[in-house]
Amino acid sequence: MTASSDTILSVRGLRTEFKGDRGHVRVLDDVSFDVGRGKIVGLVGESGSGKSMTALSLMGLVPKPQGHVSASSILLDGTDISRLDAAGMRRIRGRDIAMVFQEPMTSLNPVRRVWEQVGEPLAIHKGLGRRAIRARVLEMFELVGIPEPKTRLDAYPHELSGGLRQRAMIAMGLICEPKLLIADEPTTALDVTTQAQILRLMRDLRDRVGTSIIMITHDLGIIAEMCDEVNVMYAGQMVEQADVFDLFERPSHPYTRGLLASIPRATEPRTARRMPSIPGMVPNLAKLPPGCRFSPRCGDVMPICQRAPDLVGIGSGHAARCWLHAPQDALPQEGTS
Amino acid sequence: MTHSPDIAAPAPEAIEEASFLRDTLRAFRKNRMAMVGLVFVTVLVLAAAFAPWISPHDPYRVALDEQLLPSSTTYWLGTDNFGRDVLTRILYGARVSLVVGIVPSLISLSIGTVLGILSGYLGGKTDFAIMRLADMMIAFPSLLLAMVVMYTLGANLLNIFLALALVGWASVARVVRSQTLALREKEFIEAARANGTKRGVIMFRHIFPNVIPTLIVLFSLSIPEAIMWESSLSFLGVGVQPPGASWGLLVAKGKEYMFQAPAVAIAPGIAILLTVLAFNFIGDGLRDALDPSMKD
Repeated sequence: MTASSDTILSVRGLRTEFKGDRGHVRVLDDVSFDVGRGKIVGLVGESGSGKSMTALSLMGLVPKPQGHVSASSILLDGTDISRLDAAGMRRIRGRDIAMVFQEPMTSLNPVRRVWEQVGEPLAIHKGLGRRAIRARVLEMFELVGIPEPKTRLDAYPHELSGGLRQRAMIAMGLICEPKLLIADEPTTALDVTTQAQILRLMRDLRDRVGTSIIMITHDLGIIAEMCDEVNVMYAGQMVEQADVFDLFERPSHPYTRGLLASIPRATEPRTARRMPSIPGMVPNLAKLPPGCRFSPRCGDVMPICQRAPDLVGIGSGHAARCWLHAPQDALPQEGTS
Repeated sequence: MTHSPDIAAPAPEAIEEASFLRDTLRAFRKNRMAMVGLVFVTVLVLAAAFAPWISPHDPYRVALDEQLLPSSTTYWLGTDNFGRDVLTRILYGARVSLVVGIVPSLISLSIGTVLGILSGYLGGKTDFAIMRLADMMIAFPSLLLAMVVMYTLGANLLNIFLALALVGWASVARVVRSQTLALREKEFIEAARANGTKRGVIMFRHIFPNVIPTLIVLFSLSIPEAIMWESSLSFLGVGVQPPGASWGLLVAKGKEYMFQAPAVAIAPGIAILLTVLAFNFIGDGLRDALDPSMKD
């Protein structure tokens, strides 16, 4: 995970804060992770854990006067994009990093034809003319498997189904062949069969185009299906990082174990009256518990959990932020081993 | 795969460019009321433009022996208190009233749209400055403001435009700003930002097209309003000066002879009414035709 030639994105010490009337809220605290070239990396967590905020911070899209993003470094293919100004970030967006949003129904401007929108990154970053853009959009429509692509070019968004719109959004994201695609819950708003198609499409495209993907989701099924590596987030922190097989094989943070236990299984007899879940809720980021942020909900809580644990390596690229896995006198250590 | 050769390469461009207009026109034509309005306005514009050729009468000739005549084959709508043909004066008045209805509306709409989008999208200090300015304009009695402009700069058509635009832009800016505030939170705006789109392009290409339906409604509402404003200013003596003709002036002067010759006041009044209605129908039709989701 450290060799820079195999790493397309390397985030170190990402910290995002919001200024409010009642002081600062740190929504991302010291987030570090890597994305390998051509890999699909998952970001998992409950609502409010900071997954989407991580994406927006990477894109430089955190709402400006209130939000503040800082990082030790964000290396995108060797370039530190955390030092870029607004104009520099704008040149990166859509060209080197693209994003696919959660809601295909509202992610396209209702009064503009689909091809104009999907081709917009080309107009912005490559300065292509209308005809060249149209031809390229047609190619992309074929690539993402939109049936009758020619007739769909001039469609308005409301004339397309949710699945087609999400394909169009993916076409838009990939049209400049970005180094990294961030997919923020790309299938949450779609029905199950369409979900499977879109996921297969994204994995296919990764294989054919070679774009690395950050997959943001709360669905561990999607993680198991899609991802090479997984980052589990909780309350604005990374709590566990592992290879996808390792994570499902030996989940090490009690939160990850809880998440895995909460997956309903149809094969089990329906004896339990309620589906298993993690008790409690994600803490309010303005009023975090002292020490480990998960401790109030944790079944394995110990006295030492009053102190904040560090993310420590537990072997073979696996790291967890939990006292269960750290010698008590361990010095802080980077969790990326 | 590239553009397949069975479709002639330059064709898509041409087809695409034409089809938006064609779709809109087709949708517009299907709306009967809108077509009636369009025909009415077209006829009115032509009649106003060719008034000297259509009417055998001189709108300014005073004939004191022919005062307040009832309608006849010579004077279809009768004559006014100076013996002038009422129909001819309505036709000439249409020139002023149409121009006063449309031009200041366009000016205040343009100013209001630009300031409203800037205010709503940029927010912060820009928003504060523009909105406080708009508050001032709205809080100030607008008739007084328009009169001050007319008194200080002189009563001519250009100053009427200026006065009406000055009065009108603030409410447009407010409506457009509130629309922009709602639009900027939409995901497609965030998606555009995620593509690296510049702020100016977002405002012009993404926000503005979504505001157009509102603008059309505002436009069709502001034409009658401007015609009324011109009437008020003319009535108060700071608008169009006699013997010039505008509909507002005709109604104002004609109402003194309501009982001897009702047509002198009522006919231009009906002209105002019909024109206002026609513009409203056109406005409705255009709004529906321009909304992509209303097309089939």
